[in-house]
Amino acid sequence: MLKNYVKIAFLVLKRRKFFTFISLFAISFTLVVLIVVSSIFDHVLAPMAPEINKDRSLTMFFAEIKGKDSIWNGNPGYKLLNDYARNLPGVELMSIHSESSPAISYVRGQKIVSALKHTDGEYWKILQFKFLAGSPITTEDEKNANFVAVINQNTQEKFFPGQSAVGQQIEVDDQKFQVVGVVENVSQLRNSAYADIWVPLSTSKNAAYKTELMGSCIATLLAKSRADFPAIKAEIAARMKTVEFPTELKKEYEQISCFADTALEVLSREAFNSVEANPNPSRFIGILLGLMTLFMLLPAINLININVSRILERASEVGVRKAFGASSRTLVAQFITENLILTSLGGLLGFVGSMLTLQLINHSSIIQYGSFQVNYRVFFYGIIITVFFSLFSGVYPAWRMSKLNPVEALKGGSLR
Amino acid sequence: MIKLENIEKVYRTSRVETVALMNVNLDVKEGEFISVMGPSGCGKSTLLNLIGLLDAPSKGQIFINEKAVTSYQDKYLANVRNQEIGFIFQSFHLVNDLTVVDNVEIPLLYRKLSNSQRRQMALKALDHVGLSSRVFHFPSQLSGGQQQRVAIARAIVGRPKILLADEPTGNLDSKMGEEIMNLLIGLNEEEKTTIVMVTHDKRMAERTKRIVRIFDGRQVS
Repeated sequence: MLKNYVKIAFLVLKRRKFFTFISLFAISFTLVVLIVVSSIFDHVLAPMAPEINKDRSLTMFFAEIKGKDSIWNGNPGYKLLNDYARNLPGVELMSIHSESSPAISYVRGQKIVSALKHTDGEYWKILQFKFLAGSPITTEDEKNANFVAVINQNTQEKFFPGQSAVGQQIEVDDQKFQVVGVVENVSQLRNSAYADIWVPLSTSKNAAYKTELMGSCIATLLAKSRADFPAIKAEIAARMKTVEFPTELKKEYEQISCFADTALEVLSREAFNSVEANPNPSRFIGILLGLMTLFMLLPAINLININVSRILERASEVGVRKAFGASSRTLVAQFITENLILTSLGGLLGFVGSMLTLQLINHSSIIQYGSFQVNYRVFFYGIIITVFFSLFSGVYPAWRMSKLNPVEALKGGSLR
Repeated sequence: MIKLENIEKVYRTSRVETVALMNVNLDVKEGEFISVMGPSGCGKSTLLNLIGLLDAPSKGQIFINEKAVTSYQDKYLANVRNQEIGFIFQSFHLVNDLTVVDNVEIPLLYRKLSNSQRRQMALKALDHVGLSSRVFHFPSQLSGGQQQRVAIARAIVGRPKILLADEPTGNLDSKMGEEIMNLLIGLNEEEKTTIVMVTHDKRMAERTKRIVRIFDGRQVS
């Protein structure tokens, strides 16, 4: 029976080639968009080298100080993080580092703009970079303000084409560093890890960074487990109430807040510009899922219309099948199988299209060092999306088909 | 074999009520070949549809093999149609995308048979109607008479005890009509298949054992 359904499905597809093309295009295009978006989100949120501990990491990247008439929010400063966020219960390791910022070098008369990040020694223990040569910046390097640097593969090629960079000097923003390590390129979307050049925090040109409550620092906290998150957040909230403001800020500001966010909470906070302790990631996910569903609904509704009109064309066949013993349930199963075959074809095209699109994105410069893939997680999302299409666009027309009065169907079909 | 008791069929819309059949009583014995005749719109096809369980009467009872099937649910009616009844339509109603043998196999899809069993039975039915050489042709490649023979093969492939033919020669010329009629008579005489045939053609009707006449939804003989 199944073989017969498959045969009929392909015959129906061949019968009206234009409609088949429209259906397959709608399904595959929608899938390409959704899989590419899923892949990007997966890339941002999932634990992946060097952020292999992302699922048990928290990030303190947002702080806000408030007074009666003034508000100042942005990245926290070194002093806030160092004095009030160290030795938190449940935290295995803590790193203070900066975001990456553009830095200029001149090599053989050419201007090179690199993403520069300042880090401490703990940074290289929390994040597991793949070293192609040399070793990371150590706690001693940071403590002694050694002018050493780790660079990525791309930077090695730009500064030292065809050579090993380890042991050589590079000049960045008028500062000279000795290269101690070379790592694989890291995607721009891996926020904590991304940079072209990493140097010790203590080599920062801003000498006053250690005294700032608000500045340009980020803390990455590696918890012992996710179960420690609530306690860590509660402790930070309690400590923020004890922060002593320096004289120059005391006049204007009286309270400070700084939050430790999971990867999803970081996205949610940035998306909604949230200053609350809880940036409501479930609302963020809800909106995303809602948008995805809406995006899928349009082609699915289009498919329903196409399927219903196909049923009318096949009314005579439905009448004959009913006359010769097909029950309503059997006809529903037949039609859903046919629809599943159509959507599976569209799904297959969608997967191929997604892989090609992701390769195009990877090879373009849209996202620096992007390496998106259709991994097993994204493949699973794709299967769910395909099955959703199949059921949503097939069940209603199949039900209508099964309810066709055989006498009317044999006369040429009526869906009344 | 087939018994209709006090059958009434009324079609109702929001504005109009149409009585298609009124107080029809019919008893068809096993192995009989009867014709149903009457002017256009008198209810002949409605009667055939009711006997074939494609439609339900507004009142009355239908018995197939002494079983009252009127109140059966869809699943059971489908099973009775599949096991007991074969249909032959005036417009053949072959599926154009399927080959001749695939068309003939359709009734067997709803039985628990293997692919090879289905194929064997279909080929045997096609051989019976003299179309062994057209097995992998498509309906559009056949003449009207050949298409109707495919339809007959489809109707008999499951060896049903009852054949219902709605104007089986209506779309054919006289020569092809004769061939089809001969086939049906052969089935009735050799296989003892009970046949109920709706027809306008007096000559064809006279070749059957009994003629039932319907006029304005009522049985007149």
